[in-house]
Amino acid sequence: MNNYETVFILTPVLSDAQMKEAVEKFKNLLTEQGAEIVNEEDWGLRKMAYPIDKKTTGFYTFLEFNADPSVVEKLEVNFRRDERVIRFLTVKQDKFALEYAAKRRNNKGGKKQESHAQAAENVKSRKQEKAAPVETEVESNEKED
Amino acid sequence: MAKQSEIRYLTPLSVDVKKKKYCRFKKNGIKYIDYKDPEFLKKFLNEQGKILPRRITGTSLKFQRRIAQAVKRARHIALLPYVTDLMK
Repeated sequence: MNNYETVFILTPVLSDAQMKEAVEKFKNLLTEQGAEIVNEEDWGLRKMAYPIDKKTTGFYTFLEFNADPSVVEKLEVNFRRDERVIRFLTVKQDKFALEYAAKRRNNKGGKKQESHAQAAENVKSRKQEKAAPVETEVESNEKED
Repeated sequence: MAKQSEIRYLTPLSVDVKKKKYCRFKKNGIKYIDYKDPEFLKKFLNEQGKILPRRITGTSLKFQRRIAQAVKRARHIALLPYVTDLMK
């Protein structure tokens, strides 16, 4: 079992209910495959930095889950088959990402932009102790397109 | 006739004291660079949305790699543009 996070963009032509239904579909797919959904965030209709398929906005959804690698394969196949999904990105979380994700979940109520500043603050106080842990690089695994 | 030694400057000559660049991630102990935070990543891009080199930002190699990775991910999910003008 690995920890993954995925962001996918649904077309803006959907109604709110249709959008929820599509998200639900992928969540069900994950749970059926034995994945455990840790976190779900709905970023709503966002303006994209550049047009995709001649659309300038999209519904962003962010999911975190624990699953076997084969599940990711199935999920991505379904993303490709589904016309409502215009872009997706699945990333394996390394240990730093896990730490960050946990923090993000905890202050979900607060502003998202604070996260980096806050992380810096937290560590500043910790830095005084200066117990430098041996850092081993964990190469995160990215699947694009 | 003014002698060479009598030249006066309106502003005192500033002796170049090079400000040492530092890696902000090492300094602040940031371990993970989030690709979902485009506002933060914009600090490492120029006006055209290109990733700034290390010699300008002073980032260490390790974190430069992670910035690059994060920026590329952010571009893929359209949080950052691949090409643009006047981003800031």
